[in-house]
Amino acid sequence: MSRLYMARNPRVAARSLDGEMMIMSGRDSTLFTLNKTATILWQSADGTTPLDEIVKIRICPEFEVEPAEALQDAETLARELASHEILQISEEPIPQPVAGAPR
Amino acid sequence: MPELTTEVERLSVVIEIGDMPVRVNTSDHSFLGILQDRYSGFLTEVEDNAGRPEIEFDVEIIAPFAVPDANVRVTQHLGHWSLEAGDFHAEWNPARHSGRIRQTANPYSIDAVLRIVHTLVLARQGGFLLHSASAVRNGKAFLFAGVSGAGKTTISRLAPSDATLLTDEISYVRRSELGKHDAGYTAFGTPFTGELAKLGENVSAPIAALYLLAQGPENRIEPIAPAEAARALLANVLFFAEDEELVQSIFHSAFEFVSRVPVSRLTFVPDARVWELIGS
Repeated sequence: MSRLYMARNPRVAARSLDGEMMIMSGRDSTLFTLNKTATILWQSADGTTPLDEIVKIRICPEFEVEPAEALQDAETLARELASHEILQISEEPIPQPVAGAPR
Repeated sequence: MPELTTEVERLSVVIEIGDMPVRVNTSDHSFLGILQDRYSGFLTEVEDNAGRPEIEFDVEIIAPFAVPDANVRVTQHLGHWSLEAGDFHAEWNPARHSGRIRQTANPYSIDAVLRIVHTLVLARQGGFLLHSASAVRNGKAFLFAGVSGAGKTTISRLAPSDATLLTDEISYVRRSELGKHDAGYTAFGTPFTGELAKLGENVSAPIAALYLLAQGPENRIEPIAPAEAARALLANVLFFAEDEELVQSIFHSAFEFVSRVPVSRLTFVPDARVWELIGS
């Protein structure tokens, strides 16, 4: 089974306030408020940690759900976030720009 | 040899809103009169040698044409801005401090251009234009935000004589300079009017509060969670440009604002007693 990797889209702006993660698309100014699971995905989207590991380490303990069911839901959510261009997803690790390097 | 050129008289006014002077040049006497009427109270004298306005527009008056129902479009390419709507076309190059507007002789098109240009300048400085009424009372500015029908015009109309109206429709919010107004935010009067059709006073004051308006059976003020405040603020910020960097700036500015300025919900009965709760 292929693994899914996620990275944050650098073209959105994000802020967390009182535990609520808000994201604004720079492209069309749409504002999104992420739910708890989506916030975990956003925070964990480092381009190198596969989704199944994120589910195992962060989502299952938080919500006390079965890993297989949680992975299926998380994948659906990750694809939805990608459709809004909040996350980038790939079946390969996604290289991240080095801080300070020219983009 | 016949004359190959004709000298065109250049008429000019400087419109200063939010401490930002914009020179508008025209060769049309009647349009100059329109500008002088429309921006009365916001016209200033700026001598070229003593500080040129940062922004200067030449307005070309064109013949009336059928206005297509076109939305405002604000785009940037290599530092050159293009502002388009059904009733005007404008270009502005901030690096050259100059731009050009093509429109018919009416006050509404230039008003739209000025609003857009101010939003672009403010976005880089941590400020914004907000869909809200605002007024100064006892040296402090109070903002009243809400969609059409929420009560901006009503609360402006109910303002007591010791309150100075800054605008009944679009508030001008600028980050205060360091050391001034406690590095918070300052509201400026604007000529951008709503239903009340009354120009704001050309004064400024530090912002003490932002109220989200709702009409109800009694007057009350309730605190709002910061996240809800940020969402409400963003929903009321005026911004037109298709520019990722500036959209991100506006987003972060909204969060800075709610971290420094108290935001509450103001439910009010539409009579003058509501002002007993505000800045008295």
